[in-house]
Amino acid sequence: MLGPPGATQSAQGRTALPVTTGNPPSATFPWERPLTSTTPPTSTSLSLPAPVPYPFNEQGDGLGLHAAYADAREGAGMVRVRLPHGEPAWLATRYEDARFVLGDLRFSRAMALENDEPRYNAARSKPSILSMDPPDHTRLRTLVSRAFTRHQVEGLRPWVRELTSGLLDEMVAAGSPADLVENFALPLPVQVICELLGVPASDRGQFRVWSDALLSTTRLTEDELKENQDQLTGYLAGYVAERRADPRDDLMSGLIEARDAKDRLSEEELVSLCVAILVAGHETTASQIPNFVWTLLEQPEEWQRLVDDPELVPGAVEELMRYIPLGAGAAFPRYAKEDVEVGGVLVRRGEAVVVSLGSANRDPARFDEPETLRFDRPANQHLGFGHGVHHCLGAQLARMELQEALRALVTKVPGLRIAGEPEWKRQMLVRAPRVLPVGW
Amino acid sequence: MGAWHIEVDENVCVGSGMCAALAPDRFVLEGPAASVVQGAADTDADEVLLDVADSCPASAVTVTDGESGEVLGPRP
Repeated sequence: MLGPPGATQSAQGRTALPVTTGNPPSATFPWERPLTSTTPPTSTSLSLPAPVPYPFNEQGDGLGLHAAYADAREGAGMVRVRLPHGEPAWLATRYEDARFVLGDLRFSRAMALENDEPRYNAARSKPSILSMDPPDHTRLRTLVSRAFTRHQVEGLRPWVRELTSGLLDEMVAAGSPADLVENFALPLPVQVICELLGVPASDRGQFRVWSDALLSTTRLTEDELKENQDQLTGYLAGYVAERRADPRDDLMSGLIEARDAKDRLSEEELVSLCVAILVAGHETTASQIPNFVWTLLEQPEEWQRLVDDPELVPGAVEELMRYIPLGAGAAFPRYAKEDVEVGGVLVRRGEAVVVSLGSANRDPARFDEPETLRFDRPANQHLGFGHGVHHCLGAQLARMELQEALRALVTKVPGLRIAGEPEWKRQMLVRAPRVLPVGW
Repeated sequence: MGAWHIEVDENVCVGSGMCAALAPDRFVLEGPAASVVQGAADTDADEVLLDVADSCPASAVTVTDGESGEVLGPRP
């Protein structure tokens, strides 16, 4: 049974949603807190604008970016927001401010653990590589980064090409229509990250449950979230013990060696790092593959452009990374270690800032015609992989997987089309179809 | 002229700090982009520099042969 034709579906895509939550930020806030003010942080609440409810995007379908972001970019740039949990924060919406906050070492991720950090779920985040500052962060990151260099990643490309080809052959053989997520978008990154880490891809059904739980916002209770965290941690701790007894040629064995031989990683860091790699290593890529397909099939001339010339795929991947606001809202707050001026606003020591990558990536001050897909966009320094010390560790791997996935799709199933209503993820940090029926 | 020459493309740099962590005597991350330490751009051959070029998430670090200008890193 086929769904409605593509034309009907495009209506619910990226059209900006109407402003329905709270008051949209405007240029009328009293930003003029003098930069020379000596008011201590404890009494600044009186001079700060009232925070607006955040995230702007409601839990809805599609990959739209709320109109409030454009209003904020054109207005104050830095906006006071209140997330569902934790203290209020500044929201950076402009490209320049976003890049500055992510890249400046006066902003700390570690301080989020000591504060009531702005967040989507009641549960506090656990210490991980994402909540560390240099030099602790650097120590961990250099250990793992060797597995994710371009050199290493290029070595995996032929195998990934075979994998994408094999998965599509199986999907096509089983007949149209099929769920692109279950048959292609999910198994590909899961198999890649499992291969790298050294855990069996056959457990991927279980990873999906745990990973969904760890990236959920309000879907689970605090107890349920903790239970899932503990299960995944226990699962990986089991493999760590196994690899310690019987090392192999995989990333986990390499990390264990770094832990045991050089004493550079604590056991807790080791397991938490494996959790981070497993979750971050597949959920985002598995989400971006259907997001790419959805976005391209909404603009069929762009899909056709890639079918006609697959050499455009690498540029298309960069542009789609820029264009698609993957995150449901800005996350991972940074805390100012001292007073810092950002985009004309004084962020006081101890105040939190969240950065909207999706908004920064559509900033007309940085990108010409930001609402238009342009595969040949020059110097496409998008923030899709973030920026600064927490810039995506797996960016090169993700790029290679996304390039191979897209190349395989446009060459093997050039007639791909949406064949039914997608089912969108709900209450997750990342947005994407959970189920995407496609035909060919 | 040293045996090798190192450069950081500050327009491409994402400020990950990998270079400054792996070779703190040659790279520094102060402000939004990393740079080569003053006077350290021409250097003796050193394997760690190829690791730096390979590890950079933005491929912003280039290692070239000081004589021929041949690109040595990042390795393909």
